[in-house]
Amino acid sequence: MPEASTRPQDAALGSGLGRVLLLVYGIFALSASARALVQITTHFGEAPLAYLLSAFAGLVYISATVGLAIGGVRGRLIALVSCSIELLGVLIVGILTVADTTDFPDDTVWSRFGSGYGYVPLVLPFIGLWWIWRHRPRA
Amino acid sequence: MNGPLSVVTIVAALVLAAWYLLRAALNRAPSRFDLLAAAVFSALVAVLVVIAVVGLFGDSRPSDTATFGGYLITTIAFVPVGAYLARLEPTRWGSLILGIACLVLPVLVLRLQQIASVTGA
Repeated sequence: MPEASTRPQDAALGSGLGRVLLLVYGIFALSASARALVQITTHFGEAPLAYLLSAFAGLVYISATVGLAIGGVRGRLIALVSCSIELLGVLIVGILTVADTTDFPDDTVWSRFGSGYGYVPLVLPFIGLWWIWRHRPRA
Repeated sequence: MNGPLSVVTIVAALVLAAWYLLRAALNRAPSRFDLLAAAVFSALVAVLVVIAVVGLFGDSRPSDTATFGGYLITTIAFVPVGAYLARLEPTRWGSLILGIACLVLPVLVLRLQQIASVTGA
């Protein structure tokens, strides 16, 4: 692997398990963004908050994917912030949608803790954070 | 879209997924047979998608045609892309990639069925 010398040690692209993680993150980046795009372009007026949240979730997944992929100091920071927002997002939106449906008339990836996506959105930020923690710089 | 072919596709996907996950658990890289199975399965999915596209020109067009088309493109491309990535990763993780691809596919087919069942008047 000639490119290994230029790629940070903790870049997820550099290992098999990391590539699988990136694949799953990529699938969610794609599906959340595509969903938001369709919702916003076709019936934005129905539930602006939920659709903006969809778009935001899509952006968070994209930045988490990129951060995990490139690694290094900057990649770690991007991934750490994205995965933390992702975790808070799925928990807060999950609690709000379970407790009260008035503010979320339509689904997002994070609604009801991601039940529409097999609860993978609930598990994914933990795996992302675990990845960052496991590849923390050794003192 | 709700015919027996969809059921066959979903069952085949789940059987293949179980096989690939077992291979990954046993620390096996995707073999020629595994990749061939993915190719055959891709052909099955392609048949399903072609039938769905032909159905679009019939009288029961889904009301959300754009989303349906997007899902059709994703569905037909998903396993081939997974197999391509698995070939680039000749370790146990390649088998896991194939397994995940086969787990996502039933979800895509179920979503297609959902969208197809809403036919605008």
